[in-house]
Order: sequence, then C-alpha cells, then structure tokens
Amino acid sequence: MTGAQAVPDGMRDPRDELPDHLPALRAFAISLTRNVSVADDLVQDTIVKAWTNFDKFTVGTNLRAWLFTILRNTFYSDKRKTRREVSDPEGAHAATLFVKPDHDGRMAFAEFSAAFDKLTPEHREVLILVGASGFSYEEAAEMMGVAVGTVKSRANRARTRLAELLHLADGEQVFSGVDGATMAVMSRSGVNAA
Amino acid sequence: MAKEREKPGAFHQIDENLKRVYEEALVQDVPDRFAHLLAQLREKGPQK
Repeated sequence: MTGAQAVPDGMRDPRDELPDHLPALRAFAISLTRNVSVADDLVQDTIVKAWTNFDKFTVGTNLRAWLFTILRNTFYSDKRKTRREVSDPEGAHAATLFVKPDHDGRMAFAEFSAAFDKLTPEHREVLILVGASGFSYEEAAEMMGVAVGTVKSRANRARTRLAELLHLADGEQVFSGVDGATMAVMSRSGVNAA
Repeated sequence: MAKEREKPGAFHQIDENLKRVYEEALVQDVPDRFAHLLAQLREKGPQK
C-alpha cells in the first residue's frame, strides 16, 4: 500500500493524478449513499474541496486516502446539516448490473445488496474501506478519525449485522471472537449443521 | 504482526460480496460532468 516505488519519477502534481482516482472515489460515494445522483453530487463537492485545498496535501502521501477522507467528511457534515436520511437503494441498483444469483447455495448478490442498504452509513463505510477497497485498518482509522481498535470492532459489528440481516448461519463453525448474543442469534436462525 | 485469523464461512462470503458491491460501482463510467468540472477548475488557475 505504501510503496514508495509506486510514486512516479518527479512526483506527479496531485491535480494531474486526481482523475485516476475518480472511479474509486465515486464507487466509495455510491457505497456510502446507495444513490447514484447523491453520490455524484458528493463527488463533485469533494473535487471542488480537494482542488481548493491541494496546498494542504503532502505530495507523495496517499492521494486516494486523502480524497476519500474529504468525501466521507463532506458526507457526514451534509448529513448533519440536512438531518435526513438520503437512501434510495433503487437508484443505486438501477445503475448497477443485475447479477444472477448463484445456484450453489451461496448467498444471492441481490439479497446481499438489499441487506447492505439497510446498514447504517457508518457500517457501510467501514466495510467498504477495509473489506472492499483495500485500505488497511490503520489507513481506515486515519480516514475515519478513530482508533484502529474502533475500526476493527466496528467492522466486526457491521459484518455481524449483515449476517443477521441475511439470516446467515451456514452450519459451519461460526464466528470466533464474537460475543455470546451474536452466537445465540446465529444459532437461532440456523439450520442443523450439514 | 497480528496473524490473519481464519475467516469463518459467513464472514468470508460477506467479504466476497462486499468486494462485488464496490467493484460494480467501480467499473461504471465516470460521468462527463467531472471532466468538465476539472477543466473549469484548471481554467481558473491554481488557488492560493
């Protein structure tokens, strides 16, 4: 993640590098808001803020993490301002490809997406940062402005919540390091072990 | 460093699906409005 070799000779101007990060930035925004048009407005605000604050960016550090941080801070401050939940799962889904569920008993993706939509933005955020977009717990902690331990416990709670929403108990030995209440939920919704 | 705990089946499936959520958003075309916005910002020149 922190490969100094990855930085090109002469270190690019972050203004030139920004477009490379747009797809990831937008994917993060869509994951957070679950609404493509809200996500695009958020990306737009993030670009403008980044542009006017590039003097505060240290060239050679992780530009993507810096942009993600601006985006999530903007998202939460907008949310505080408007005090209304903007969630339109249909909007997000309409713009994504429909994927046929697998036939081998693995969870269907559509079902997963619906459960993901029901999470709080904080849970979606942590799961996307550490579970999907390849940031380390340490990087996520810095972006979210919390301790590494908080990121780990939040990520675990979010995964557990998803498992509950999906009634996931596949008979396998379930979670290690999860509290008894979760185990009870998991076994209650469970089937007999195969 | 902390050793990677073996992922239970449920969490492993969750993580696979999370990657899919993110990747489906990632492969979408970025709307032109952002290229236009960047062009506008560049025209205005570097901010101080």
